[in-house]
Amino acid sequence: MLKDIKVTGQKDTRSGFGDGILEAGRKNSNVVALTADLAGSLKLGAFIKEFPERYIQVGIAEANMISMAAGMTIGGKIPFTTTFANFSTGRVYDQIRQSVAYSGKNVKICASHAGVTLGEDGATHQILEDIGMMKMLPGMTVIVPCDYSQTKAATLAIADYQGPVYLRFGRPVWPIFTSELPFEIGKAQVFSEGADVSIFACGHLVWKAIEAGIILEEKGISVEVINIHTIKPLDTEAVLNSIRKTKCVVTAEEHNVLGGLGDSIAQVAARHFPVPIEYVGTNDTFGESGTPAQLLKKYGLEATNIVEAAEKVIARKKAQ
Amino acid sequence: MAELKEIASQVRRDIVRMVHGVSSGHPGGSLGCTDYFTALFFRVMKHNPEFNMDATGEDVFVLSNGHISPVYYSTLARAGYFDIKELSTFRKIDSRLQGHPATHEHLPGIRMAAGSLGQGMSVAIGMALTKKLNGEDTTVFSLHGDGELDEGQNWEAIMFAAHKKVDNLIATIDWNGQQIDGPTAKVMNLGDLPAKFLAFGWEVIVLEKGNDVEEIVATLEKAKTFKGKGKPVVILMRTVMGSGVDFMEGSHEWHGVAPNDEQLKKALEQLPETLGDY
Repeated sequence: MLKDIKVTGQKDTRSGFGDGILEAGRKNSNVVALTADLAGSLKLGAFIKEFPERYIQVGIAEANMISMAAGMTIGGKIPFTTTFANFSTGRVYDQIRQSVAYSGKNVKICASHAGVTLGEDGATHQILEDIGMMKMLPGMTVIVPCDYSQTKAATLAIADYQGPVYLRFGRPVWPIFTSELPFEIGKAQVFSEGADVSIFACGHLVWKAIEAGIILEEKGISVEVINIHTIKPLDTEAVLNSIRKTKCVVTAEEHNVLGGLGDSIAQVAARHFPVPIEYVGTNDTFGESGTPAQLLKKYGLEATNIVEAAEKVIARKKAQ
Repeated sequence: MAELKEIASQVRRDIVRMVHGVSSGHPGGSLGCTDYFTALFFRVMKHNPEFNMDATGEDVFVLSNGHISPVYYSTLARAGYFDIKELSTFRKIDSRLQGHPATHEHLPGIRMAAGSLGQGMSVAIGMALTKKLNGEDTTVFSLHGDGELDEGQNWEAIMFAAHKKVDNLIATIDWNGQQIDGPTAKVMNLGDLPAKFLAFGWEVIVLEKGNDVEEIVATLEKAKTFKGKGKPVVILMRTVMGSGVDFMEGSHEWHGVAPNDEQLKKALEQLPETLGDY
């Protein structure tokens, strides 16, 4: 049961990255960290202290950082680039496209402060389009972990994986609930099995999906909550297994519904097993300033929004 | 140095024949940089045509202005990276010789895609950093167009290289004064280019005769003496766009235009076949 899922603490996902890269650095001397004047925000402090020679400060020059990282792979380095998600993707799309993705380089693009939960800095910094941009690049792996533990595990996993990766995480302190769970790139995580509706979520919204699932279970609705931490390559088998059973879907993400997780799930459904789908995400809009909690509420990213979407999609299924 | 001149003549023949063969491509910059490529790959650079992507223990070359791929492909083939017969596939379907250089088709000799301009300086610096981290006493060479310096990323990279004392890098600017829409002085004036690099903290060498292969060898060797002295090195190399084919020389009109049959014939008459056509 979803209500039995244990919360073992509260931490920001970016700290999971900071702790993960420290451990990855200890395991593999080829791991190097680059930052564009955001070492503190990306929690690189411990890595810098232990491996000063493997830390490269590039200043506020993200384009240079990405292309340099691509160059550093020649000779075996595993560069982790670090800045906010907006400056990790939109600002440097062409550098990623040519020097990283098309050139097939082993660069790990690590992006914090994604989505509206960045909060008060506002829309210039709250990117809601990055998953779409990154998943469209051929050969790019896209990972959106859901809590501190999973971000740490994903950071370690991508160090061992050969190829370009986009790792998206964030700023707010968030419940930790995956510390006992294994992490495997491309392998979806089923939190509950159910028969009435499938809820696919990623990132911070996985916890919201669990909260929504608890409310739905109390209402007697049998819910399947699945964490799609790897948007690409998508665990198509897990998605199809679930929707063949439940025959309706809710997707939940801190991202524009155009181009995000929901679109990926919908494509699988449309191709193999068409079912009604409702999307929880931002609706073709920019964010704004506010507290993370206020913004999640205003932009419809709360557990209650997922509950409403589930009830709506179940009704649509029954009406068919 | 007769040998290098012979190689350069053959490379120039390859360039015009490749571009003619597919009626597209960029002969102007390719011909202008032929002597640089010849000097680098056949004299100055320590490299291994038994290609390994990691370039462990060897010098490495980065091309930033990827549109001059004809000269790059011809040089690589003539240096033994792949069969010269493959030059005939340039820009054609299913070829490893893409319009702009790519690693995607696994062409030996290419380590990074180039085409979208302004990225190669950063790439070269990244390679130089790794060589330092790996404790190698090798050199990274890179080539950039002058028009390409309009791209702001170059100046991010130029600032970084000086700040981090990337002194195992020798960047060369193909200073032909031309870009697609016309002379650089009109499209976007580069101003006092040597002063700009000096102000950014680089060691600057101006090479006035960038189509004299002996001069290029001497200049690259001189540049190597600055290695390990705390500064990145730039060679500002004056070249003539279209060099070696009289009717193409000195004009941006041949930046991205292929010769027709008659023009090919005229061009080849000026370029002795020294090593055998592909």
